[in-house]
Formats: sequence, C-alpha cells, structure tokens
Amino acid sequence: MRKITASTKKIGLFGILAWIGVTILGASAIGAIALHRGETINSVWFIAAAVCVYAISYRFYSAFIATKVLMLDASRATPAERLNDNRDFVPTNKWIVFGHHFAAIAGPGPLIGPTLAVQFGYLPGTLWILVGAVLGGCVQDFVMLFFSTRRNGRSLGQMARDELGAVGGFAALAGVMVIMIILIAVLGLVVVNAMKHSPWATSTVAATIPIAILVGLYMRNIRPGRVVEGTLIGVALLLSAVVAGGWIDQHPDLRQWFDYGGSTLALMIIAYGFTAAVTPVWLLLAPRDYLSTFMKIGTMLMLAIAVIILRPEIKMPALTQFIDGTGPIFGGTLFPFVFITIACGAISGFHSLISSGTTPKLLSNEADARLIGYGAMMVESFVAIMAIIAATVLDPGVYFAINSPAGIVGKEATEAVATINSWGFPVTAVQMQQLATDMGETTLFARTGGAPSFAVGMASIFANAFGSSLMAMWYHFAIMFEALFILTTLDAGTRVGRFMLQDLLSNIYKPLGRTSWYPSVFLTSGIFVSAWGYFLYIGTLDPLGGINSLWPLFGIANQMLAAIALCVATTILIKSGKLRYAWITAIPLTWLIIITSSAAWEKLFSPELRIGFLSHAQDLSTKFAAGTLPPDMATIAQQLIFNDYLAAALTAFFLATTWILVLDTLRISYRIITGKPHPPLSEAPHEFSRRIENWTRN
Amino acid sequence: MKSLKIVARQTWQMIRAFSGDDAYERYLEHWHKYHASEGGQPLDCKTFFDTEQIRKWEGVRRCC
Repeated sequence: MRKITASTKKIGLFGILAWIGVTILGASAIGAIALHRGETINSVWFIAAAVCVYAISYRFYSAFIATKVLMLDASRATPAERLNDNRDFVPTNKWIVFGHHFAAIAGPGPLIGPTLAVQFGYLPGTLWILVGAVLGGCVQDFVMLFFSTRRNGRSLGQMARDELGAVGGFAALAGVMVIMIILIAVLGLVVVNAMKHSPWATSTVAATIPIAILVGLYMRNIRPGRVVEGTLIGVALLLSAVVAGGWIDQHPDLRQWFDYGGSTLALMIIAYGFTAAVTPVWLLLAPRDYLSTFMKIGTMLMLAIAVIILRPEIKMPALTQFIDGTGPIFGGTLFPFVFITIACGAISGFHSLISSGTTPKLLSNEADARLIGYGAMMVESFVAIMAIIAATVLDPGVYFAINSPAGIVGKEATEAVATINSWGFPVTAVQMQQLATDMGETTLFARTGGAPSFAVGMASIFANAFGSSLMAMWYHFAIMFEALFILTTLDAGTRVGRFMLQDLLSNIYKPLGRTSWYPSVFLTSGIFVSAWGYFLYIGTLDPLGGINSLWPLFGIANQMLAAIALCVATTILIKSGKLRYAWITAIPLTWLIIITSSAAWEKLFSPELRIGFLSHAQDLSTKFAAGTLPPDMATIAQQLIFNDYLAAALTAFFLATTWILVLDTLRISYRIITGKPHPPLSEAPHEFSRRIENWTRN
Repeated sequence: MKSLKIVARQTWQMIRAFSGDDAYERYLEHWHKYHASEGGQPLDCKTFFDTEQIRKWEGVRRCC
C-alpha cells in the first residue's frame, strides 16, 4: 500500500536543506520582481518565483490541509470504487484524472484576465495569481473535490442545498446560470474582436467548424471510437487551415468573403451558438472538444518550453499610473479591480462545478484529491503567469495600442498613438503598421479583449524560439488556438445552460424537461442563446469596447460563485468539528466578499463614468436629451442606456445573492457552534476500500 | 531496446486511456465480467460511442 499522503514522510537533513534552498530562491525571485525598477527584467524571475511558491505551498500547505484538516483516508472506499458502473463512476489512474481535471478547468480565462490586468503593470497581477492560487483557488478546488468525494460526487448546488438549506441551493443554481450567460457573451466578444476585419483569422476560425464535423463523422461512422486517429487528422487539418487562411487573405476576391465588422460577426456567432446547441453532440461539440483539448495542452507545453528556453525580457513597468483607476482597458482602481479581472488563474468559482460532480466520480483513492484538486489548479495558475509574460514582453506602447478601445484613444492611428505617447508609453504609427504587416493583419489598433495581444506576445516568443520567418503564421495559429477552445466553452456552456433551463421549465410544463423533445430543445436553446447573444451584440456596439463593462461583470460573478463554494466548504468544516481549522476556507472567503462587494458597489454607484453603470446611464440620458451626442452615438444611445441599467441590475443581483448566502452561512455556523438544530452533515458512511483489503490479503 | 518498447507501449496505452480511445474495449471487458450473466448482447461500438458522447456532454465539462 502506498503512504496515505506523501506528507507523512519525515524530512531528512538533506530535505531540510533543499527546502531552505527553495525558500531562499523563491523569496529572492519575488524580491527581484517586486523591487526591480530598471528598464526591463528577465522573465526567468517570474518562472522561478512561481515554481518555488507552488513547490513550497504544495509540499507544506496542501499537506497540512490533507492530513490535519481534511484527514484524507486512503483506506476509505471512494464512490468510484463503491458505485463503479463503468460509466459515471470509474476508478481511474490518478494521472489520467489529473489530465482530465486540468483539461476541464483550464479555459480561456487564465489567458485573458491576466492580459487585461497588465494595464496596472506586471506586479499586481503576478502577486495575486501566486497568492490567490495557493491560498484561495487551489484550496477551493481541493476541498470541494474532497467534500464531493465524501458525498458520492454530489454537485455544488446539491451540497449547498444539503448543508445550508434551500436558500443556498437556489443561490448556487441562479449564480451558475447568470455566470454562464455573462461568460459566454464575453468570450464571444473576445473572438469577435480577434476576427473583425481580419479575413485570415475569420477564415481560419470558420474552417474549424467543417474540420470538427469531419472529425466527428470519422470518429462515429468511419472508425467508430478511434478518437486519437480522428484528433490527429483534425489537428493536421487545423494547421493547414492556418496556412490556407494566409492564401485567402492574399486573394483580393476571396478575402471579401471573410471580411466582416464586429456586429455582423456577433450575429454569426449567435447563429453558430444556436446551431451548435441543437445539433447532436457527436457532430460538432465532441470532436471540437477533442481538438481543442489536444491543442490546449500541446500549445501550453510549447509555450512553457519556449519561455524557459528564451527567457524573454519583460518590458512593462512593475506598476503603471493606471492603478489610480484611469486605465484605458477597463476603468477602476487597483483595489478591487485587479482581483476581479484576474479570476481564473487565481481563484475561479466555476472550478467548483468540475471539482464537485465530475472529477470525484473518477478518484480511485481519496488521497489523490490533493494532487488533483490542489495540483491541477497550480498548473492553471502557471498558465496565467505565462499569459502575464506574453503580455509584458510587448513594448508597453504596443500593448496599450492593441488593447485600448477606439472610444478612449481615438479612431485614427495618429490620434491613438498621440494619446498613448501622452501617457508616457512610446509607440509610433509606423511601428504599429509594421507589426500589423508582420502579423498578416491590416491593423492591430483597438483589438480589445486580450486574445490578439496574447497572440502577438505568443507569436513573438514562438518566432524567436522556432523561426522568425513565420511570424504571421504563429499569430494566426495563436488566434485559431484561442478561438478553438473559446468556441468549445461557448458550445458546451450553451448546452449546459439549455439543460438547466429545461430542468427549470419542467416545473411549469413537464414535457419541456425532455432533453430530446425538439420543440423544447429549440425553445430553451433559443432563450439561452438570446440571453448571451444580447450582451454580445451590445458589446460590439459599445464605443468603449464592451470588454470594459462585461469582463468586470464576469469577474464579479465568477468570484461570487467561488464565495458560494467557500461558504459551503466552511459550513462543512465547522459541522465536522473542525472549527479551529475553518480559517483555511474562511480567510479566502472573507477576502472574496470584500473584493466582490466593493467592486460591485463601485460598478453600481461610482460617479466615474467608465466605472459606475448608473452614472454612465444618467450621463448618456442627459446628453441624449440635450442632443449633444455625436450622430453615431445618438442612434445607439437608448440601447446603451438600457444595457447599463441591465448590467446594474445584474450587479445588484450578485451583491444581494452573495450577502444572503454569507448571512445564511453565519446563521447556520452559529447554530452549529451553539448546538441548536441545523441541517445534518450529509457525508456518505465509511466503507473500507477493497484495495486495502487486497493488499492485506496479499 | 526491449525496455524502450515497453516504455513506448505504456505511453501509447496512457494516451489511449487519457483520450478515451480504449473506452469500448474497457466497456466490453466490464460487460463480460458483470453483465454477461444477465443475457443479451453488449452494445456495438458505434451505439456505445454515441450514447457515451451524449452522456458526457449532459453536465458541466468545460470551464472558463
């Protein structure tokens, strides 16, 4: 039998010296990052700091949680072992579960959030990614995985209902629905901004659809179940599509077919989302996911290797003047907005949906929860650090030129360059034109959303590592890779949203709950797609770029879901008689409540037009009534005003839900501590694992 | 040379297990072990693949 956890091993003298070495190296690296004030700093310090922080916290903090707080018990049979049905419940090799869990939690979030947060400089984002992950995100994923494993793989919503009561259950359900809507809208917007007036990007992304269908047909009809073969064929076709996109872009007639503005592309994405939600999964969603998982893991590995080989210089300053809230990419001061902008990569509530429900049903040994829960989140956090590196290797002037919306810096290149120069970041129109030509684009100004600037950073890293003649190929490869898994999230999210809606509506009219009844499928898919489609479409009209209002909303929603998960976790800890250890979830929970509440408050009531939804709406109404708006703004003013009020209502909903749940958690905790009646602990009874029995017999 | 072959085979098995390429073989093994006595026939590969895909995508499988 293996040891219950690695932490039960005693550390020898050599081990102690080695860990002291790691600590000194980590502290020096963080010191170098924090105190450095020169022109540039080498990215090797970021990697050293990250690796040391992860190593120390995994070895000591996660071991403490595993042995002292949760008391993982390898002798206890997991649900996968007890309920093994070879379908949902399957005892699986821990590295395979690790891979599945990581592939499930790591989406586009850790690439986009950190890229946007770099407007404050490299330091705040980097520190929050490291600290937030090891004390918050990793802990959340780990404890949720463990608690769900002890409850036969129950989902977050079910655990909230069991442990807290109906209010908690409803908050979790409503939270998930709304987050999904905002998330899909903002991700759709990111893809649209990468594709607008770029025939190369648009044709390549469009090609992923027939390629996925082809792979789907191959896996189902030509060689049933052969997913490795199908995926490899698909990847070869995707790479050809990137090359073919270049030819299309060169062709004066063909390129017209793929040259669209933001709003048209948004409508296309909405139509695509609806089609994907109603077509059978094997045709589009499943094969697309095989391709995107392969590309995601492959590209991340390649990026990590390239960054380690090249150790590029970071050109962004540690802090910029925009910590005062005047940043062009999104409005708002360093506190609380850096913590809202970087959700995934530090702590993401969405992960608790994967950590409960799906992954626990695969664990063959409870003790593996530490590696899978805590470990996989560390890897995601490292992905976020790489996103920071990719954004900061660009000249700051270039970074701001790509990411600032036209509504802030001006529509014309000369105007934009002058504004950015006035902030103290040198960049010229010629330089931007040259960069666009190198990347095979007509312009890179105002390509907001983070994906294009990440792609430029990644392309320059890859081009340096693997051949600089292919810069434009690398750029479009990066765009295709991001779009591929953004569209997978969009498809999968729409489908889940549809199921949730069907479940909800079945309470009103029973047949609506039948997942294969077409009238219901069309109705619910239509409702859900219109919900996110609305935000996406308005986002493309918004002169401030849409990302400015949608991304913070998504961040608040995601952190709110994390707060719900941590409320559940804290309640369970207190119920299990571990009050003195409840701080491991209560501290991140408190921090999340502080940041979500203050961010939500500012988004609602700040007089600053780019932050407060209400003041922005009032300002627009006043100007509209006085007729002082420019004509292009006047036509969309009423839509923008309505959208502001809608966003404000959503923010208020998030704020209210969070607080209701927090007060409910406090109420239940008080009842537990004072011995008053409360919902009982819903843990499944202990059964010995046959693995142990077999081992003893042998 | 022999050990290289073993490593290659193990890697291939790991890739198949991770991607779900071997799912049907695992299903057949499970079926013969636990369900053969109940009579009937196991699903054919295509039907099995279809139902698995549908089942897989009914829940939250992908995150942000």
